[in-house]
Amino acid sequence: MLLIPCPWCALERPEIEFRHGGEAHVVRPPDPAAVSDAAGTEFLYFRSNPKGLYAERWRHVSGCGRFFNVLRDTVSDRILAAYKPGEPQPEVAREVGP
Amino acid sequence: MRFSFLNVMRQALSHNEGWPEQWRSPEPKAAYDAVIVGGGGHGLATAYYLAREHGLTRVAVLEKGWLGGGNTGRNTTILRSNYLWEESAALYEHALKLWEGLSRDLNYNVMYSARGVMMLAHNVHDVQVVKRHVHANRLAGVDNEWLTPGEAKAFCPLLNISPAIRYPIVGAALQRRGGTARHDAVAWGYARAASARGVDIIQNCEMTAIRRDASGAVSGVETTRGAIAAKTVGVVAAGHTSVVMAMAGVRMPLESYPLQALVSEPVKPMMPCVVMSNIIHAYMSQSDKGEMVIGAGTDAYNSYSQTGGLHIAEHTLEAICELFPAVRRLRMLRNWGGVVDVTPDRSPIIGRTPVPGLYVNCGWGTGGFKATPGSGHVFAHTIARGEPHPLAAPFALDRFRAGRLIDEAAAAAVAH
Repeated sequence: MLLIPCPWCALERPEIEFRHGGEAHVVRPPDPAAVSDAAGTEFLYFRSNPKGLYAERWRHVSGCGRFFNVLRDTVSDRILAAYKPGEPQPEVAREVGP
Repeated sequence: MRFSFLNVMRQALSHNEGWPEQWRSPEPKAAYDAVIVGGGGHGLATAYYLAREHGLTRVAVLEKGWLGGGNTGRNTTILRSNYLWEESAALYEHALKLWEGLSRDLNYNVMYSARGVMMLAHNVHDVQVVKRHVHANRLAGVDNEWLTPGEAKAFCPLLNISPAIRYPIVGAALQRRGGTARHDAVAWGYARAASARGVDIIQNCEMTAIRRDASGAVSGVETTRGAIAAKTVGVVAAGHTSVVMAMAGVRMPLESYPLQALVSEPVKPMMPCVVMSNIIHAYMSQSDKGEMVIGAGTDAYNSYSQTGGLHIAEHTLEAICELFPAVRRLRMLRNWGGVVDVTPDRSPIIGRTPVPGLYVNCGWGTGGFKATPGSGHVFAHTIARGEPHPLAAPFALDRFRAGRLIDEAAAAAVAH
């Protein structure tokens, strides 16, 4: 189970208090009707799924109820940073997995 | 050497020391007609059917670890074909028909056991969904039948059908032809049969790059054991498909999740079938060794860690203890995880990619083992002919752009 730092509550809490919200920084097209098939497909279905550094959204459902972003290494599952939506992705050294 | 009564007798008399190695381990050659990336069940089956059905014998299977060391050796070995949609039912039924004759075909005992797969319904909504499944399957020619709680208990005496439990059993669907098979034997049997037909199986060989010529088509691969030229490359890399396809600059509609399973200490035979419950996410069967094999769900987040969270296993064990009170005092021996590649519609992707010569077979998510023979069979056809097998055609990568999803997300028997 992950220990996730919520930047809104400024608390590290167990994963069961949170819902995973998928990949972060996937921007919904401002005018969906004007989007090409390829770009629409990309937005709906295609994800980076990296082995290593990954930016994802979590929602603190059993706490403040708010969304935030987390940088995690998908090999070691170590959380490297947490930041509020709208803030730039922090620079972190890529964790080397076990 | 074939496995036959005579040979088994002969070897027994010489202390079983005369059995040869089951497959060759050659050095990689400089060029092949086709390279299969990934030596799990699906990759080995693909190589076998390429050699047997399509006469391609200059084929190499590259495996970065050892054969069947990934999800092939980590799953809960359940076989069934009772999927909801016609496309899925046809594909998985194709696989189940191949399972039925597989041991004879490979001359290797894969221990296919048609012990029946039962799916439980716990509320009115479940009953509607499961009955719809039963009817859809019967229309598609796939066996599936509805059981009352009493009939379910008669088929699987371990079940707790008390109406007083948190999620009472109000009915069940049973596919009698479903069951289990020995997962390692599937990898080894396909490897042995493919090797005998000339396929080179190269273990400890990780692909590091996909080479492409001036037109963009595949011209070969680079590996930790040298470069290999090949005009056709089939990627069957399960949880690592996104990573492998990125080598060719192809993005995939996949996310990789840890999926875990666990086994108890071995006990005498007491569980005659496979029981699955979708809504409370638990499934259990008993291995021939006597262990209770229990499958849990995926973690909430994508990861390549090959370990699931303890709270996921705990959730499943709570359900198991309620459904099967007799196993409450069993101790768990081992708990492990695998990395499964999940598509948005929970159906696999089989076929061509935007890169000429590059084929992909992935997205089997949490339920790929049951499809192993069918998957390899239709993928071999797709690679050899350069066009999809009729059963594989609906599962093309292009379905996401076309909007023709095969949505087994809620329809599959287990919650993903």
